[in-house]
Amino acid sequence: MTKKPFRPDVDAPVYKGPYVPYDIIKEGAIAVLVVFILTAALALVFSSPDEKAVTIKTWSNADAVDFAQTAGDELAGTSAVANYGAPYNNNGTSQHWGFLSPEKWIGVRIQINTTNDFVIDPLSAQPAQPALSAALSQWKSASSATQTAWDDAFNKAEPNLTYSNGKVNIPTKAAGPIPVLLNYETQMARSGALDQALVTQAGFYTTNFTKPLLFVSDGTYFAGLAEKQHLSGSQWGMMNETGQYPGQAWLWLYTFWYQIHPYSTSASADFLVWGTMMILTALMVLVPFIPGLRSIPRKIKIYRIIWREHYAAKL
Amino acid sequence: MSTDIERQWTSRIRHSVVDKLPPDKLLPDTQPAYVASWIYVFGVTTMAALGVIILTGIILALDGPQWWHSSTLGHFVNSMHLWSVEIFFFAMVVHLWGKFSMAAWRGGRSLTWVTGAVTFMASILAGFTGYVSQTNFDSQWIATQAKDGINSTGGGAFFNVLNLGQMLMLHIVLLPIAAVALTGIHVVMVRMKGVVPPFEDATTEVSA
Repeated sequence: MTKKPFRPDVDAPVYKGPYVPYDIIKEGAIAVLVVFILTAALALVFSSPDEKAVTIKTWSNADAVDFAQTAGDELAGTSAVANYGAPYNNNGTSQHWGFLSPEKWIGVRIQINTTNDFVIDPLSAQPAQPALSAALSQWKSASSATQTAWDDAFNKAEPNLTYSNGKVNIPTKAAGPIPVLLNYETQMARSGALDQALVTQAGFYTTNFTKPLLFVSDGTYFAGLAEKQHLSGSQWGMMNETGQYPGQAWLWLYTFWYQIHPYSTSASADFLVWGTMMILTALMVLVPFIPGLRSIPRKIKIYRIIWREHYAAKL
Repeated sequence: MSTDIERQWTSRIRHSVVDKLPPDKLLPDTQPAYVASWIYVFGVTTMAALGVIILTGIILALDGPQWWHSSTLGHFVNSMHLWSVEIFFFAMVVHLWGKFSMAAWRGGRSLTWVTGAVTFMASILAGFTGYVSQTNFDSQWIATQAKDGINSTGGGAFFNVLNLGQMLMLHIVLLPIAAVALTGIHVVMVRMKGVVPPFEDATTEVSA
């Protein structure tokens, strides 16, 4: 038999001390009972949050101007989603660190064309109406240069867009069919038809809400509601939930990085945060194999509190 | 005849299992005297909370993902589901820090640590997919915020947090199976190797 030197952070001494009675089944049963009662008590006292989901109908009725402006941006291709990049389209700058850019490498796999998916296709599925049909026909038959000229005119007039008497008013005559299209789009949204049109593009049965969620997230109304509920990125974002609930508190470290430099000011903040968390996660999982890191517990000596009775008995 | 029986796959597997995990190790009636701290409670608390999570999750699944919005009983069960998750993560994090402080990977227990850490990761994913499957404002907001992080890794192309169907199936089928299986492996490893003994000041030698 060969002997190896004892490595205190890898090897464990052979225990030759006393054993005490231990009823593992009883311990498990008591734990389940206590946790069940505690859970039921917390549920009774604190309940759980359930703010209704935002629909395009509620959004467009609550803030028709924000909706019409957002729809105009989707049509013109100037919205955040229209310029997102992978996995939705090729219009944005992919997040990267040096040459590392997996987002770009994998490319577009959930194709989103905001002009067609959010505006033109839903309007085209509407029952034929002369003004709408004419506007759609004008848009579809125009050259891309003409469409761009209309988009530019809309973008200039957009800050002064108003909504009154059930009508979207865009103070420009150079935006071609865009005012008509946005009026019908807003009508459709306020009736609830646009919610349905965005989810049923893939057929009758669907559980995929990618398109309406992306559309809603482009408006300021949705972010405003989140801000009031202390859910924005600068408020430790997605680890929170509505109301005074703990949320996903275990994500604190992930959310923490977004609050500090260089992450908070980087255009590739998400990639940097994920990269950092992946490295930290790997370190945590592999700590038994990493010299230095695995010595920390022995050096900080918290174990002496945990096993204080054992050490006291040895004195 | 008996030699033939001993060569059977069934016999070999049974012998191997019983050798590595005899009944008195699987269900012990004594334990070392050093296992005397409140920190040891958090492992079993985590498992108990997992049990309540699964029980309440099964009840929530019976009538579909939106039942709890319109039913008082459903909302209560959802609240229990939420709070059992909070207890689960609280207990698991304390358990993790406790085991780190004890360097619980010592004495051939490295894989016990690794399975525990991986279980923690799988649980975070299970919790996250639950949050984005609530079909309310929270799920909308969390999903639209989280997509940017996942998309930046390229993972969003395959793990679409805006796709309720995908998230819900992961949350109620694949990830619970992963969490329970990993927990089971972790617990079996703990029972096989026993609870890590305290650090001793005197230099000790171990046999290779």
